[in-house]
Amino acid sequence: MYVLEVENIRKKFYDPVEFEVLKGISFGVKKGEFLTLVGKSGCGKSTLLYVLSTMDTDFSGKLMIDGEDVSKLSIDRLAQIRNAKIGFIFQFHYLLGEFTCLRNVMIPALRLGLKSEEEIESLAMQKLEILGLADQALKPASKLSGGQQQRVAIARALINDPLIIMGDEPTGNLDTRNTQIVFDILKDLAHEYQQTIIAVTHDLDFARASDRTIELTDGAIL
Amino acid sequence: MKKHPVNREIASTYFKSGRKQTMVAIFGVMLGMAVYMFMNSMNKGFARSANDSFFKAVPHLRVYSDTQISEPIAPDSDAKSLIINPGITPTSSRINNPEQLIELFKKQADVAVVVPQVGMSVFYNNGQSQMAGRTVGFKPAQGNEMFQIKSFMVQGAYDDLDRVPNAIIIGAGIADKMSVETGDRITVTSPKGVQRLMTIVGIFKTNNSYEDKSKSYMNIRTAQQLQREGDSYVTDINVNFTDFDLAMERSADFTALSGYKAEDWQEANATFVAGSRMRTIVITFVSLTLLVVSCFGIYTILNMTVSQKINDIAILKAIGFEGKDVIRIFVYQALTIGIIGIVLGILAALVLVNLLQKVYIGADIGYFPIRFEPWVFLRGSMIGLAITFLAGYIPARKAAKVDPVAIFRK
Repeated sequence: MYVLEVENIRKKFYDPVEFEVLKGISFGVKKGEFLTLVGKSGCGKSTLLYVLSTMDTDFSGKLMIDGEDVSKLSIDRLAQIRNAKIGFIFQFHYLLGEFTCLRNVMIPALRLGLKSEEEIESLAMQKLEILGLADQALKPASKLSGGQQQRVAIARALINDPLIIMGDEPTGNLDTRNTQIVFDILKDLAHEYQQTIIAVTHDLDFARASDRTIELTDGAIL
Repeated sequence: MKKHPVNREIASTYFKSGRKQTMVAIFGVMLGMAVYMFMNSMNKGFARSANDSFFKAVPHLRVYSDTQISEPIAPDSDAKSLIINPGITPTSSRINNPEQLIELFKKQADVAVVVPQVGMSVFYNNGQSQMAGRTVGFKPAQGNEMFQIKSFMVQGAYDDLDRVPNAIIIGAGIADKMSVETGDRITVTSPKGVQRLMTIVGIFKTNNSYEDKSKSYMNIRTAQQLQREGDSYVTDINVNFTDFDLAMERSADFTALSGYKAEDWQEANATFVAGSRMRTIVITFVSLTLLVVSCFGIYTILNMTVSQKINDIAILKAIGFEGKDVIRIFVYQALTIGIIGIVLGILAALVLVNLLQKVYIGADIGYFPIRFEPWVFLRGSMIGLAITFLAGYIPARKAAKVDPVAIFRK
């Protein structure tokens, strides 16, 4: 049983010229698997991640999440699925700068609305503690360093206990020390908490530590 | 469990973080709102004051015997030519059976006052000086009830019309030209050639100098005698309704009911009606334009916020906010600005209205004719809210269409 499965994913760009960026990609991800997508710049690995994330709906082929075919669902329904089942960690765009770190972590759960505000707050505090940021909780997010912001983003990705965490170069913008911290956190999540992770990276050390690496070349799996 | 209003929380955070711009937008809405409410209240006040003085001379509805053009005696059949003379037949201007009609009119719905009168053209003489004019005779108490004559008397006592035989009240213009005052006597000559020496018991002054130079009031009995008629002689029956706007729709009923011509005040005074309508159109247009322009500040600011927060919007969409959540966030923000602006605008307009109420203008207007108009304020608030909503909704819809992938890939 796969948590996420794709069958024959194809996608074209039309601007500036017609170009097939994904040429029939098929694979599956098991629960608790730590998967990395690697490949040269322009090979389509980020494009593939955005298709997997349900944010990019302009593709052909089949995308199954948690056993449900989501390829034909409405944009609003996909937003609900992302809210409940997927956590995101981005390379540059981390947090809502005008909110405190705690609030940033809480927002996806407040949106989901399954728990009371107090429960969510203590849960968010707990996540920040795990990531060593309890003392920064009430600072505005924009006042934190890049490495700290990325850790807050991880806490936010975890708040709804998602089925899958997706990262687009989650360590790409960080110095060596912070890369190591984020890297260790993701590894722990995968190995100790059986958290499914799919991350795009060009960091080979990062890829080597994962359970499985899929290498893309010119829009196809090598 | 109550769901946390996360959209509203985000909206209010954005609202607070752009404080300076927000203040400017609120100030704009406030100004537009205040000017709209103030100008329209003023227009209402002017209209009311103009109507008040207008209805001191004119009844809502006047029923009288209209002169008619004579009709052919027989229809003009093919070969035979019939000589006819179209012209005004000199029928009497009296109304038959006035008591019965007055009783009938009084029974109609919405009728406030019914006053029968005798009107005629007259000459006023004092020694060598002579002036033409018009006199109106009615029962003094009834006449005052309809035209509020006591409110524009400048000399003498109105009630003397009833007490003094052959009493007359004349306009200030006549009094000036003939150099007479209360207690003096003038000769009045009627169209029937009757001359009578009458005692001036009072002088009135309106804001219409033509009225002042020609009009006089007397007891209906005196007027009937000037026409050599008995006490059933009446030329007009004046009707006032509870609301002057009713006159136009009811005039046809009254024509049918009485068999005489029933003329409403709008028909009789088309220029006055057109003038006040034009003033209303101009003021409505100008004030509405101001209101719309002032609410555009919200549009500008929301547009800017959307551009600045495009990363935030992409993140919110990535973590599961739907298009309609994004719309709500920005519409909440616009409405907050709008509502604060509207409330402040109402307060500012109230202050202006209050200040102006205390300004003394003079003449028969007295204090500046403005007061708090609940309907104007309500209508202004509603229009303001609607524009505010649109000014927020248009940028919000743009924000809802943001494609997060396009932002993340930059």
